[in-house]
Amino acid sequence: MEKKSAGAVGSGDGSAPPGVPSRNNKPRVMNISTVRQTSGDAEADSPTGSHVEWCKQLIAATISSQMLSVTPDTSSRDSKVCKRPELRDTMDEVHSYHCDSDSEIPPHALALRDRTKEVQMDEVPLVPGETVRAVAKDVMYICPFTGLVTGTLTCTDYKLYFISLERDSPFVLDVNLGAISRLETISVQSHGENTQGLEIVCKDMRSPRFAYKAEDGSQPEIVEVLSKQTFSLSNDLPLFAFLYKEEFPVDGWKVYDPMAEYKRQGLPNESWTISKMNGMYELCDTYPALLVIPASIKDEELKRVVAFRARHRIPVLSWIHPESQATIVRSSQPLVGASDRRCKEDERYLQTIMDANAQSHKLAVFDARQNSVADTNKAKDGGYESESFYPNVELNFLEIPNIHVMRESLRKLKEMVYPTIDETRWHSAVDQTHWLEYIRVLLAGAVRIADKLESGKTSAVVHCSDGWDRTAQLTSLAMLMLDGHYRTLRGFQVLLEKEWISFGHKFAARVGHGDDNHANSERSPLFVQFIDCVWQVTRQFPSAFEFNELFLITILDHLYSCLFGTFLYNSEQERVTMEVQNKTVSLWSYINSQPDDFTNPFYVDYEHHVLYPLASIRHLELWTSYYARWNPRMRPQMPVHQNMKELLFLRAELERKVEELQREASSSRGSLSSSSDHTSSPSYSGGTPLHTTV
Amino acid sequence: MLSNLGSGGGKTAKPSFVSYVTPEEIKSEKELYKKENQPDLLPGEVVFCSASTVLKYTQDELSQRGVFGTLLCTNFRVSFVSDELQAEETCKVFKNKLYDENDIPLACVDNIYGGYEDKKKLITGGQVKNKYPSKMIIHCKDLRVFQFSLTYSKEEDAKKIFQGIVHHCLEPKSLRCVYAFSYCESTSCPEMQRNERTMLFDCPEDWTKDMKRIKGNCRLVTENSNFQLSPKLPQFFIVPSNVSDEDLTKFQGNGLPLWCWSHHSGCALFKTASLPLPQEDNVSQKYMDRMLTAVAHNHLYSVKTEDLSDTLPTVQDIQLSYNKFKQFFLIDNTTEFWMSDMKWFSSLENCGWLDIIRQCLLKAVEVVECLEKENTNVLIMEESGSDLCCVISSLVQLMLDPHYRTLLGFQSLVQKEWLVGGHAFLDRSNPLHLKEKVESQSPVFLLFLECVWQLHQQYGPAFQFSETYLTVLSDSVHVPIFATFLFNNDCHRASVLRAESPSSQRALLNCPSVWDWWVQFDCGAQDLFINPLYAQKSRHDRSQRKSHRPKHQRQLSLPSSAFKTPSKKGFFKDEADSLKKILGAKRISRWMVSPSSDYPPTSSAKEFYEAWQTNPLDYHGMLLPCLDGPSIRVWMQRYLRWIHDVQILGGGPVAMLSKVSELLAEVQEMRSELDRHACSATSNHRGAMTRTRAKTTAEDSSRSSVRLSSSFPFVTSRNWSFKPAIPTSMLQGLMMTGVAGDLASRDDDGSDPGTMV
Repeated sequence: MEKKSAGAVGSGDGSAPPGVPSRNNKPRVMNISTVRQTSGDAEADSPTGSHVEWCKQLIAATISSQMLSVTPDTSSRDSKVCKRPELRDTMDEVHSYHCDSDSEIPPHALALRDRTKEVQMDEVPLVPGETVRAVAKDVMYICPFTGLVTGTLTCTDYKLYFISLERDSPFVLDVNLGAISRLETISVQSHGENTQGLEIVCKDMRSPRFAYKAEDGSQPEIVEVLSKQTFSLSNDLPLFAFLYKEEFPVDGWKVYDPMAEYKRQGLPNESWTISKMNGMYELCDTYPALLVIPASIKDEELKRVVAFRARHRIPVLSWIHPESQATIVRSSQPLVGASDRRCKEDERYLQTIMDANAQSHKLAVFDARQNSVADTNKAKDGGYESESFYPNVELNFLEIPNIHVMRESLRKLKEMVYPTIDETRWHSAVDQTHWLEYIRVLLAGAVRIADKLESGKTSAVVHCSDGWDRTAQLTSLAMLMLDGHYRTLRGFQVLLEKEWISFGHKFAARVGHGDDNHANSERSPLFVQFIDCVWQVTRQFPSAFEFNELFLITILDHLYSCLFGTFLYNSEQERVTMEVQNKTVSLWSYINSQPDDFTNPFYVDYEHHVLYPLASIRHLELWTSYYARWNPRMRPQMPVHQNMKELLFLRAELERKVEELQREASSSRGSLSSSSDHTSSPSYSGGTPLHTTV
Repeated sequence: MLSNLGSGGGKTAKPSFVSYVTPEEIKSEKELYKKENQPDLLPGEVVFCSASTVLKYTQDELSQRGVFGTLLCTNFRVSFVSDELQAEETCKVFKNKLYDENDIPLACVDNIYGGYEDKKKLITGGQVKNKYPSKMIIHCKDLRVFQFSLTYSKEEDAKKIFQGIVHHCLEPKSLRCVYAFSYCESTSCPEMQRNERTMLFDCPEDWTKDMKRIKGNCRLVTENSNFQLSPKLPQFFIVPSNVSDEDLTKFQGNGLPLWCWSHHSGCALFKTASLPLPQEDNVSQKYMDRMLTAVAHNHLYSVKTEDLSDTLPTVQDIQLSYNKFKQFFLIDNTTEFWMSDMKWFSSLENCGWLDIIRQCLLKAVEVVECLEKENTNVLIMEESGSDLCCVISSLVQLMLDPHYRTLLGFQSLVQKEWLVGGHAFLDRSNPLHLKEKVESQSPVFLLFLECVWQLHQQYGPAFQFSETYLTVLSDSVHVPIFATFLFNNDCHRASVLRAESPSSQRALLNCPSVWDWWVQFDCGAQDLFINPLYAQKSRHDRSQRKSHRPKHQRQLSLPSSAFKTPSKKGFFKDEADSLKKILGAKRISRWMVSPSSDYPPTSSAKEFYEAWQTNPLDYHGMLLPCLDGPSIRVWMQRYLRWIHDVQILGGGPVAMLSKVSELLAEVQEMRSELDRHACSATSNHRGAMTRTRAKTTAEDSSRSSVRLSSSFPFVTSRNWSFKPAIPTSMLQGLMMTGVAGDLASRDDDGSDPGTMV
């Protein structure tokens, strides 16, 4: 497709007046005040080759719009180059419209759109609390898959909405403002017109491009509004989650109650206590208010340990094995420093953790970092537990690269899957991104931790540098493998609320909600990587999880969307200060209001079976249904689980029928047999959506 | 079914096939083994040589652990009989009756390596002298790897067994020596249970039936029933109705278009072996013209030809690529495995196997497009007419005709296109190790199964057979018992079987067909051939399709119906003229007549796919594979099943499938319940009882799905307690290869403390 539009450009150039080309075709990068754009970043994100491509696309757009508007009668003859893809694409759009409802638009918005569909096709469907901020007509969307479409672009305070009615069925493109990482505008002079291009670089693996005429300067208004609304925090505007007014029958904020969760794990017990020392976040401002610590530790001792751990993130319990009492403990790195400082209290603290588990006389410390990096950290006042100072501790490095490496890897991945996929070089391209390699290292690390607890019956202390990125990834993955509860729909929500949200994974910094500094090195797709790992495990164990792929994709969509308060801010303390629970809606309210959409029909309760996913590249796969979902060719027409859902439905139906008949038969035998015969027959013909064989 | 074989092996006192019922029986059976240290010999099986106290390394662990036992070589297999009792065999559901996990049919041996101290050397036949290696590594064609240590056995025995195995596995031998013949002579299957519904296409009725089902209107040729026309042609075949009698005999069947399948619009797919290079006399060219005319006459006077040898990889390319590909799965030890894991995707791409699969599927899509969209007849050709022609024609039929996606339909398809179609199975797999045939070795049939698997994994519910079925079929090619895969063509098969027949002159030796699955598996195991996800066709579906079809057809056939109006003769003449011209210029050109050749064929196939993709998926309609990079995958079950390190315990697709089967069983149960209720409303008590029973069995099976591994049913997990596979050498080299070296050394947050909120 990409090639075809390039071809169209070629012929467009040919028909252009011979005098114009070289000077006017030269692209000019235009800086709009609100759009931050440093040349270095632009290069990093879009290589020069794609930039040229982009300009060509714009010129093609100009030509086609000229032909459509100036000489509409002759267009059928002249515009063969650009018309052809459109003709061909009418069918495609029918599909992509339908598919939009699957993935491009969050499903709740879909429900809303269904409501409004009857009213007006070109009316923008709004969620409660959403307002339209700017509208621009005659904007061209340069669809990388189906060619140019002209339509209306609307910017609200929640999303960017493009609709075109020029084809048989409406074409809709919907981008949540929260998913936008960067806006880039260029302006191209060609054929006597000044065409503006707008590229919307998104965090969710796409970069839609629009073109519009820059006539009297009325149009660029939408870009300014868009930029202001997108980077709301940088413009002193609230995040949309605070404006969202939807009401759900279920309150998702009630999903996670730390007390209840610890109670489920059998805590407190004689060795572990639930401490409220951090009730006002005075001990550690990035930890939750409730912490599980060894019962025998005195307050003064704890204070020393606090001082010895980076960012005061002391070792606290995450999970306890119901049988062996082995625990997963998370923390940050100890502040050992180049001079090998020691902290008696910290050493005793770890000893107490080991003693809490009578089954083992060892304690495994898993440092997520690469050994070399940990050494560097040590020189900079950080460090790791030395086996000579901490008796009975065995130290393992899991060799996981840091957040910057992961960010870079995902950037490469995006280049690979958007907009088009090179089919013959696909596999080596996957290798070159290293994305799956990192997934493998993470899974391998988590398997080692899980195995240490399960087979080794030994407690594990997990940390990286600060204990909020790789540590969260590892502990939550290990818990997912060890504890079947976390593999349920509700349990997984608890896992995220606990290990990620309450323990201070810096969502705001890593995602950059409403922040215009797209080049901030704090940003990194660690949570995406974690969800990818979970997806890999669900693929290896297709019936061990109660939730389905849509659930995972929905979580990732709302990681960016800012529709719900769930993933906003960096720590529990910040969330309490901002009154997130009172002022915003939880993602789980939405999910748990329609759990059927997110349940895996193949689910079998594995109970206490530990899942050991295989950390081999051979069993890992690129999650194309997430990363490449914007490509219409990558969309499955009908997922297999659809069949299964029908089967389940059929079973329920039959179950009902059987019970009904039994009741009938027992209440009045014989006489009603003919009528029961009558009722059962429709279920045979009409109620069999799935045609099964045995 | 079982009794059939059992009675066959009447000579031996011990029954050949043990149906293991009670553990006690097995135990006594096992003790017997221990005394004799001989496997259960099949009828007609003879032990050539054996050696005791051979150590078989257990692959499972890196450790040099193993099991002692006796290694034997018979005329059927290389067999290892363990000295230890193995209790786990009791729970094996999926047991092959002919050979078990420690047996290697001779034809299944791929390569033998000798381990001399630390060196591993490929053994080739003929050069085995007095020296024998301390370790023998056998790579099998079904991708198993065996490692035997000969150091503990008597020197004499060790030498004998090594030389024996090498001799029988690697040296050239005659077809007569293949075990199938001794097997068939001694089993004397009374009347081979002819599977009613798998059409073998060895009689005119099968052809007529098939043509009738598809509504083709071509001519059945019966004149070759004794191969008097040509030994290369099948006994019965179908040609365009316009082919004259005298043309049938020319060029020994080369250039003769053989009918494969007819589209409902009337156009059809034909295949042919291309003629030798055009000679001066023009005879062959004229003949080819006549044949094209005949094909064109079949429907609307249009024909497209495609020479597959020009556009697809050669059989040698296929062989080369597969040889590289299979090496990734013939893993000697864990370290090697994890090392190769590092560059997995790149090495996968480099061997090109997946790309060959993609090319074949793409070609098939192009042919489908011609038939479905343009309604032109298609003639595919290649040198032999029985390699890639078979791949493409059978793929096209699978994509277009849901009948062939049923188990029996698929078997009929293989029978029609591959067996009767004259694929040279013997030459392509070369189980006789004939030196002159080494060049012609190529896994073409496997390539076809790979393509089918790709379709299967993309559109699972469209297929009645399972992935396991395909895997087993790919293994069965190397089990030298079935007449199916032993010959080069119909004529060859008939002549050999006639010569070998013990009885009267006319009768053929009764050799089982691979479709007689009971020879290999009992009924319980055969259940695994059925795909529980299969969406069976219903009346409802059919009516929907009918209402859908005509409209669809009208739209698509518009260009060709426009051609209908001019006088048929005149139009056709033009066509023929142009055909001639092109033929004159080049032997065969690609897609000679293409009314709308604005786009190169590849992109048009892409559009064709995209247009099809926009319609709702009908599992009983046309299926087109998605060919984008991520969609072409590795056939995990076939290739990874024996590698212990990649077995997912409690996982893999089987976990899902068993859940479906369980649900289906429940639904079935309830349906019959409803039936019973409908019959008599008094049986409520009995009904309630069966209900609860269904529930408990369901629970049992869900338990078991937790215990199955991704290698099910080929490897059953021995014990639940196990260590997870943790990659060794996990990250070494990652930092070197990692591009972002400077990034890696950066602190997570340290760079800019000011940004911390």
